[in-house]
Amino acid sequence: MSAMSPSDTQALITEVLEIYPEKAKKDRAKHLAVNDPSLEQSKKCITSNRKSLPGVMTIRGCAYAGSKGVVWGPIKDMIHISHGPVGCGQYSRAGRRNYYVGTTGINTFGTMNFTSDFQEKDIVFGGDKKLAKILTEIEQLFPLNKGITVQSECPIGLIGDDIEAVSKKAAKEIGKPVVPVRCEGFRGVSQSLGHHIANDAVRDWILGNRDTDTSFVTTPYDVTIIGDYNIGGDAWSSRTLLEEMGLRVIAQWSGDGTLAEMENTPKAKLNLLHCYRSMNYISRHMEEKYGTPWMEYNFFGPTKIAESLRKIAGFFDATIQANTEKVIQKYQAEYEAVIAKYKPRLQGKRVMLYVGGLRPRHIIGAYEDLGMEVVGTGYEFGHNDDYDRTLKEMGSATLIYDDVTGYEFEEFVKKVKPDLIGSGIKEKYIFQKMGIPFRQMHSWDYSGPYHGYDGFAIFARDMDMTLNNPCWSRIVPPWQQAAA
Amino acid sequence: MPNVMIRVKENGNLLFYIAKKDQEEEIRTVECDSDSEWGGEIELTDGSRYYIDPMTPRPTFPTTLRFKRL
Repeated sequence: MSAMSPSDTQALITEVLEIYPEKAKKDRAKHLAVNDPSLEQSKKCITSNRKSLPGVMTIRGCAYAGSKGVVWGPIKDMIHISHGPVGCGQYSRAGRRNYYVGTTGINTFGTMNFTSDFQEKDIVFGGDKKLAKILTEIEQLFPLNKGITVQSECPIGLIGDDIEAVSKKAAKEIGKPVVPVRCEGFRGVSQSLGHHIANDAVRDWILGNRDTDTSFVTTPYDVTIIGDYNIGGDAWSSRTLLEEMGLRVIAQWSGDGTLAEMENTPKAKLNLLHCYRSMNYISRHMEEKYGTPWMEYNFFGPTKIAESLRKIAGFFDATIQANTEKVIQKYQAEYEAVIAKYKPRLQGKRVMLYVGGLRPRHIIGAYEDLGMEVVGTGYEFGHNDDYDRTLKEMGSATLIYDDVTGYEFEEFVKKVKPDLIGSGIKEKYIFQKMGIPFRQMHSWDYSGPYHGYDGFAIFARDMDMTLNNPCWSRIVPPWQQAAA
Repeated sequence: MPNVMIRVKENGNLLFYIAKKDQEEEIRTVECDSDSEWGGEIELTDGSRYYIDPMTPRPTFPTTLRFKRL
């Protein structure tokens, strides 16, 4: 299919919306838009962060997923209790591939599931006693934990347990931070509020813990990586670049991160924010309270990496800036070889994306470096400030869809006919069965890292591997091929 | 009466951020804008206007202030 004009795209949206009842159509129409890069503000063309329409298939998660699964979960030396019935914790356990180093069960607890396993009696009589018991037990069984967080599941808010009181008491007893997080799943419209609640919990219970402690020796080159969850090792491949520039990364939030790193974060000179959606709250707070500037960066694809590295260097002196150029030069041959190898195989291919809160705009640069074109993008739980940042990244007349429903996404794909789709696990098998190459872009389809120059090579290989896989021509069985 | 966080943008202009609405907007004009005083009527680039009683001394940004919508 050739490039679409804005009116074609608008016609497509109208056609897809046709099936809905009047009221639903009106609501969904606000979430679908034709991109216009000249717009400064997304609120003129798209509505986001609203409650999903009842009855449609949404792909969103809940506040608990945002807090336990995304922000708190990867902090490796703390124990995160999924407080409530067993399912929420067990079914999300270790699914996000936040890599870390350490001995699981001894000093790190990333892939383990701790839960209070609520039963009927806990709902009826309250679960505070159980929680207190669990906190003591954890301290006995895992003495090397550095702290505990209590991640509430829905029932906790419904029955009104006082987890704050229990946590405070336990914190005094065991002499470690115990953080109650009020991230009941029913709060908010998506996991996005869970990120916010988790950020607020970090701010209230963790961030100020070492304000009076000056034992940490700082340097003028201290930076932190914020909003990198180390999926498949992403934070590590970002970190090496920053260290080669001559900077010192003193904290990783929260992939492969530790409690001590978080407590020391206010001592950094610059906060580098990768996932804007999930951690802008804490960055803004630190700017206000500690005067630490923050900047958004993008480590997908060599163009954006070079841009980001230079922007980061701009905060520091001439030595760092000179180093940065050296780093870019050092990797130049490497990434040019990657592009030379894969660009001819991927040139002109069209991609549709539908991911969480940052990748729909961040990865565009990496695809463009490979000569591919992103023809549609959308966020599960992005807010309007995310769309503000997306409009300029995307070409004119491309599709933008917010909290797209299963039906709409399928219809868009049928009409736009992209060569590759990047979305999550719930969409993966539908589209693969439709015969369209698909990458699971939440956990890099069990590959990664994709950040940094090293990651770009893997990214390019994976895209090629998926797109040019011979299996796609074998989707239709031979006896049906003859009939068609 | 939204709570607004004001920070200095990369280009030196002030950024008006309403967390509840995820609205980021540059400030176009400030009624009283001197070294000793800051506040009054504020106009944003999208044309909306807000008011805050002028403050002395000028606050250091970033800071969170409570504005009245006009």
